[in-house]
Amino acid sequence: MDKAERYLMNVQFSRRQFLKGAGAGVAGSAIGAFGFGGAEVALAQAAHSFKLSKATETRNTCPYCSVSCGMILYSRGDVKKGEKADIFHIEGDVDNPVNRGTLCPKGAGVLDFIHSKQRVTRPMHRKPGSDKFEPVTWDFAMERIAKLMKEDRDANVIEKTRDGVTVNRWPTMGFLAGCATSNEAGWLTWKTIRGLGIVQVDNQARI
Amino acid sequence: MTNSWTDIKNADVVLIMGGNAAEAHPCGFKWVTEAKHHNKARLIVVDPRFTRSASVSDFYCPIRAGTDTAYLLGVINYLITNDKIHRDYVANYTDVSFIVKDGFSFDEQEGVYSGFNANGRSYNRDTWDYEIGPDGFVVRDTTLQHPRSVYQLLKKHVSRYTPEMVERICGSPKDKFLKVCEMISSTANGEKSMTIMYALGWTQHSHGSQNIRTAAMIQLLLGNQGVPGGGVNALRGHSNVQGLTDIGVLAHLTPGYLGIPRESEPTFAAHLAARNFRPLQPNSVSFWQNYKKFYVSLLKAMYGTSATAENDFGYDWLPKIDKVYDTLQIFDLVYQGKVNGFVCQGFNPLLSVPNKAKMTAGLSKLKFLVAIDPLMTDTAKFWENHGEANPVDPSKIQTEVFVLPSTCFAEDEGSFTNSSRTLNWRWKAADGPGEARTDIAIMAELFLRIRDLYAKDGGKAADPVLKVDWSYANSKMPTPDELLRELNGKAVADIPDPADATKTLYKAGQQIASFAQLRDDGSTMAACWIYTGAYTERGNQTARRDNADPSGKNVFPNWGFAWPANRRVLYNRASADPSGKAWSERKSYITWDGKRWGGADVPDYGPTLAPEKAAGPFIMNAEGVARLFARKLMAEGPFPEHYEPFESPVVNALHPKTSNNPVARVFQKDREEFGDAKKFPYVATTYRLTEHFHWWTKTNKLNAIVQPEFFVEISPELAKEKNISNGQWVKVSSNRGSVKGKAVISKRISSLMVDGKKVHHVGMPIHYGFIGETKKAIGVNALTPFVGDANTNTPEYKAFLVNIEPLSGPAVS
Repeated sequence: MDKAERYLMNVQFSRRQFLKGAGAGVAGSAIGAFGFGGAEVALAQAAHSFKLSKATETRNTCPYCSVSCGMILYSRGDVKKGEKADIFHIEGDVDNPVNRGTLCPKGAGVLDFIHSKQRVTRPMHRKPGSDKFEPVTWDFAMERIAKLMKEDRDANVIEKTRDGVTVNRWPTMGFLAGCATSNEAGWLTWKTIRGLGIVQVDNQARI
Repeated sequence: MTNSWTDIKNADVVLIMGGNAAEAHPCGFKWVTEAKHHNKARLIVVDPRFTRSASVSDFYCPIRAGTDTAYLLGVINYLITNDKIHRDYVANYTDVSFIVKDGFSFDEQEGVYSGFNANGRSYNRDTWDYEIGPDGFVVRDTTLQHPRSVYQLLKKHVSRYTPEMVERICGSPKDKFLKVCEMISSTANGEKSMTIMYALGWTQHSHGSQNIRTAAMIQLLLGNQGVPGGGVNALRGHSNVQGLTDIGVLAHLTPGYLGIPRESEPTFAAHLAARNFRPLQPNSVSFWQNYKKFYVSLLKAMYGTSATAENDFGYDWLPKIDKVYDTLQIFDLVYQGKVNGFVCQGFNPLLSVPNKAKMTAGLSKLKFLVAIDPLMTDTAKFWENHGEANPVDPSKIQTEVFVLPSTCFAEDEGSFTNSSRTLNWRWKAADGPGEARTDIAIMAELFLRIRDLYAKDGGKAADPVLKVDWSYANSKMPTPDELLRELNGKAVADIPDPADATKTLYKAGQQIASFAQLRDDGSTMAACWIYTGAYTERGNQTARRDNADPSGKNVFPNWGFAWPANRRVLYNRASADPSGKAWSERKSYITWDGKRWGGADVPDYGPTLAPEKAAGPFIMNAEGVARLFARKLMAEGPFPEHYEPFESPVVNALHPKTSNNPVARVFQKDREEFGDAKKFPYVATTYRLTEHFHWWTKTNKLNAIVQPEFFVEISPELAKEKNISNGQWVKVSSNRGSVKGKAVISKRISSLMVDGKKVHHVGMPIHYGFIGETKKAIGVNALTPFVGDANTNTPEYKAFLVNIEPLSGPAVS
């Protein structure tokens, strides 16, 4: 990055800081420094405070393609303080050296993914032959799935081949792993599925 | 990527082929713009469509979908014929002087290599190797005159790919092809570099791996591998597809690209013996000789204190595969009714796997299906009737289905690995909606419930389940911090300092800083050796946010952590000449100062390994140098060859008897469902829109507003021929099914002359289905063929045959 670019990045960064400062200024009336005296204070007091000024900023990464653009998620409330948080705005992270604050049409609209009407909020169950999903408890779902898996594994796991080779594989269970999960979730997923002996395992890298 | 997103800025020529970064990776494409601005870089785009990447290119060349290997082999022929290769680089850093075994041959009439077994559609690869001398090392001829030298064999092999032949196969006009060659060849000198950017346009073919391999060969001949602004750069899809691949959540892998055990490797010793990393040149590093250290460290992470030297560290508890269960293989078994249960974690296979009719039939045979997803998916509702978009009868489908709501990226913390191999930590901003839980919590509960059933009730093969190490502070909720520490690895016993046995390198429990310090005696654990260094005693390195660029070469070494060893450009020793000096001042990156290697990046070489040792810059290879001759490592042969897609409008111009990939796996039913050019005369290709991400964003209001519905893109020429007007409804059919959409007539999509015959392309976006905010559509996978690449089995989505007919009804443009 050359000097001019770093300067631009810093200017952008300062802009956010400025907006925060300006927000605080409206509340604290320390704004006369801009040189317009009382008129400026009156104007500032008449205006609404900038909506991001009181927001909690959280650094995250766009969930879509693997440019993995840095994002700043703005929320009302701070989960780190145990508060309920509501994400209401997203912008590119200017500090990130790859995307330098930019987002594409997908990333810029990611708020509509977080708040999509298609978000599932309760475990759902569809009985064989049924034409609908019914909400169930986590306990019901997990107990039932664990039971189905254990029964199938007990019935089909191959401990040894006819040649006596220990193979411990479970050939009747499949698992496709999602590539929008974290590395940490990915490792726990690997541990779980290979621990159970599942061999039909793949992810979106294949397709 | 061998290089990185930000390194693209260092390029002088950019070749985008098999990808469309301006639309699919817009914020990464900015670095192409930067290269144009700062380096006066020239952008070349080769694509069947005049994409938005093409619209800002310096030169665009059309190509028939599915013929990239022939095009790229034509480039190699041009480089060799016109002596546009970086001679010193090629002579010292590739296997060009190696002698190939007597008996190796390629039959130009038949289109197959020695060892072919037509009945088994397979090869005996014994002759695909170098000649080994009495000293145990490879035989070389540095004059390159030996008829069996890699150079002479390659020269002969590519000589068939003349500009005329390229035009005949690819439909790319000869003058345009030659212009591209000339631009590419301007980088064969160490003064300039070219980067290659590709994506699914290269992988989604029955010969996809060969496309990428040919590109790598071009970069080697030009000396563009391991240099700033060079490399072969996969622009990957999902935000963490690189990470999930690194962690080996794939059919054939363990974390860190080690092999999952095979039935043919009954013991750990047999597994290791099947992997011979003996150096092929006297001074080669052949770094994979450390394989056992990485594997034992993985097994220690998997089975903890239960893994001991006496029980082969628990090797037998891992499942051993009898074949590779890739996605196509899995869903063929599902179709056959041989799979009972299935879990889709953030995956929508009903639409993303080819041949939707086969998918629906298969899913209907499952006893149970579990979808773990933040969103409702088409797969989770495969049993629900949506008219012609999903014409099923729920009462006839006996599959029990669960949807478990998971949190999304904003609602948990952890790391993603981007296409540049850089791990970036991200922080949680909010709780998930309703009762949504994190993927970690869901997997932990699933495992613990099943484990507890085995502990309580017993059952078959209980030990492998009971021995998995789960010693997390809260077993139901391991933290991302704990899991990243486990991926990185730690000492499980005190580790003595190899330089001074009286000292301790690590105390038991300390995080390991480098994979070079992992051990094969069980005294270290590390789930994923290439991630060692990501979480050391200095803390979580993936959370680093210093965006300084000390070298001024756009490297950003203190931002996140790039594997391996925080290295940003792979093979970077090759940026210097054999004596350790930069090939040119402009491209200086890593050099030898008389005592050590150093520069802008972490050297990809022994830090004090003197240049005089000539160990070779490709330290992972037993050769020490890069392979132009792939030996036994590629399914179709050591050199790439042009094979037509399985559905093609023409037969192979070089060898009609072997028109398509002779060793790609084809299941019988799918072979019967291939269509021919008489009934389906047009070449279809699928693509992505900049406003959508796969089948995911159709659930989002904003994305649905800007790109609300499926469409079919055809050229004005084809529209005229078929009497189709803009906006008119059309039906597109393959031998497997049909879709409906409005016609978009555009000059962006090419109609080309191929071997004296006009070939039209039909382009269709992939993003549509029946769940979400977009208009309902059948899904383009109703058309696509169920066949994949011979090496990876990535499906052939980019070139197949269709017919198109106008439907009655008014045009609605």
